[in-house]
Amino acid sequence: MTTTSAEHQSEPAIVAQGLTRRFGEFTAVDDLALQVPRGQVYGFLGPNGCGKSTTIRMLCGLLTPSAGTVRVLDLDVPRQARALKARIGYMTQTFSLYRDLSVIENLRFVARLYGFDHHRARQRLDTLIAIYRLAELTGQLAGTLSGGQRQRLALAAAVLNEPELLFLDEPTSAVDPQSRRDFWEALFALADAGTTLLVSTHYMDEAERCHRLAILQRGRLMAEGTPQHLKHTLPGVSLLVECATPRRAQQALVGLETVRSCAQIGASLRVLVSDANAEPAIREHLRAAGIDARVATAEANLEDVFVAATHREGQAS
Amino acid sequence: MSRINLRRLFAVMLKEIYQLRRDRLTYAMIVGIPAMQLLLFGYAINLDVRHLPAALIDQAQSAHSRQLSDELQQSQVFDFRIAGHDPAAVNDLLRRGQVKVALVIPSDFERRVAMGTTPYLQLIVDGTDQVVQQTARQVARFPVVDYLRGDPVTPSASPIEVVSYYNPQRQAPLNTVPGLIGAILTLTLVMFTAIALVRERERGNLEFLITTPLSSAELTVGKVLPFIAIGLAQTTLILLLGHWIFDVPVRGGLFDLYLASLVFIIASLALGILLSTLVASQFQAMQAAILTFLPQLLLSGFMFPFEGMPRPAQWLAELLPLTHFVRLARGIMLRDAALGELWVDFAAMALFAGVAMVVATWRVRMRLD
Ligand SMILES: Nc1ncnc2c1ncn2[C@@H]1O[C@H](COP(=O)(O)OP(=O)(O)O)[C@@H](O)[C@H]1O
Ligand SMILES: [Mg+2]
Repeated sequence: MTTTSAEHQSEPAIVAQGLTRRFGEFTAVDDLALQVPRGQVYGFLGPNGCGKSTTIRMLCGLLTPSAGTVRVLDLDVPRQARALKARIGYMTQTFSLYRDLSVIENLRFVARLYGFDHHRARQRLDTLIAIYRLAELTGQLAGTLSGGQRQRLALAAAVLNEPELLFLDEPTSAVDPQSRRDFWEALFALADAGTTLLVSTHYMDEAERCHRLAILQRGRLMAEGTPQHLKHTLPGVSLLVECATPRRAQQALVGLETVRSCAQIGASLRVLVSDANAEPAIREHLRAAGIDARVATAEANLEDVFVAATHREGQAS
Repeated sequence: MSRINLRRLFAVMLKEIYQLRRDRLTYAMIVGIPAMQLLLFGYAINLDVRHLPAALIDQAQSAHSRQLSDELQQSQVFDFRIAGHDPAAVNDLLRRGQVKVALVIPSDFERRVAMGTTPYLQLIVDGTDQVVQQTARQVARFPVVDYLRGDPVTPSASPIEVVSYYNPQRQAPLNTVPGLIGAILTLTLVMFTAIALVRERERGNLEFLITTPLSSAELTVGKVLPFIAIGLAQTTLILLLGHWIFDVPVRGGLFDLYLASLVFIIASLALGILLSTLVASQFQAMQAAILTFLPQLLLSGFMFPFEGMPRPAQWLAELLPLTHFVRLARGIMLRDAALGELWVDFAAMALFAGVAMVVATWRVRMRLD
């Protein structure tokens, strides 16, 4: 738009340094450094309680960081949080619209909050109702919507002001697989239109869809990069062990130093080892234990990346 | 904080109205609490008292004294259960609650009736009980001498002296309705707003609201405005019911009364919002509302005479908006006072409302921490 914003166009949507948040003695977010490029879908991957929501709240200016600096859309947060609010959208982890208002009443309310006049609100709501398939539901109370419908309403409300940057905190945790797929289509449509998206999730398949990922564990950034990059740079290798007695094989393997994790998948065993050349040793170990097994190298997936990243932390502490 | 955009203010207000419309319970409380309270308190005012347990201390033991006590017994107001001679016994009887009233007929009663002078009858009442007191006073207006001598009954100086134990002020029950407006308004409005804002936080709505450009002033004022209308409607309801059922007058200016109510309503709503910023749950909000309600109820002069309270309690009472409202409402409704004459109380109440509103808005942070 203006020359100043054009000059800054190269600056990432989000730049955070040393971002820390403590609740009393407890450190929920610990010295986080982040760079979220514009126009991408950026993922926060991590287990419950790792600090995803807390980080997002600080980036939105809702929570004051205990330490660190945050710049979002060229604004200092939380100092310039007010100016930021008009330019971002936030879909909260739990449904935060009014359950005792109808779909249309909720949307009109949000439109007024963003200062839309009657005419502009009508146009915008008509568009959103069409995109997010809410036409049938306008008169229904939000509290009586299904998980997927509620999520579409929440997304419609979050993007009502056409934000440049959209935060989504575990947006798909309460919906069925089909709705999840549809939802991600909607997210990519927004990204195609130039919106930067920051999505937190604990689903690997969702993380896989992101352009870039940050893996969080206990408030710390464990790994960062594109999913491909993360998989290629996996420290170690993933092995697939097929045998008649996978549980026995698991018991035989968990004690080994090189084995980071061992997960049964159907009749086979997925073993993550830190030593990239451990395959013969594993095969030998199983034979010694009297287990007849086929061991092959598997292609690394995000779960391996996640386990490797979070396991390192487990050993460190 | 001071930034107010009318469209956003309107948005919050409209939202609040839609929610209220669907909230049956609140709806019921808005109408139900005033109606119920008024009937409860009101019937205590107008209660047609019958069969009050009474003691008769007839020291005259004459025809006229018997005629008088029979008459009172037959009127069914008093039920003379205990007869005695010694006025000193009355103290014990009243204290133990065996009787509510004692009629003392002095030994020179007969002589005074014969002479046509006022016979000094004493009606000793349990002043802890307002109803009893009021009844006794009605009885005391009874023109005993005219009646006993068969003369046409004319209003005359009361021959019966009422000695009110425990409650020397003899507060008129009519005083309850003006104060009741205030009591009902605080109870309901503080609770509504305190709960409404905490509910918004509990349900996560606030987390969404604070990511929008909504300011705390828009949120608080927008929330308060519909409740002002509700408060005024409640005031009207109490006045109408009070008028229809109990003949409670509004002797002064109706506009003055509504203006006083308006400021009092704002004070209560601001207090409610302030409380909501101090508590963690809807239940705590309810407790906190009651916690502020009780001292107001007890210290404001609504239940107990202000002048009878110890000094520190009076100072404390001056800080409470209900104290000032009770004075204003009584003055306007019963004494035909103008708001201008009571400006000190009005100003004190307005000051409370203003300070509470500013502090409440300041406390409602558009932050999560
Ligand atoms: N307001 C708070 N007060 C105290 N602890 C909190 C608060 N908010 C979050 N936490 C703690 O911080 C940690 C991270 O929480 P959160 O950011 O919600 O994790 P996530 O969203 O990844 O599940 C959790 O252990 C949580 O208990
Ligand atoms: Mg969370």
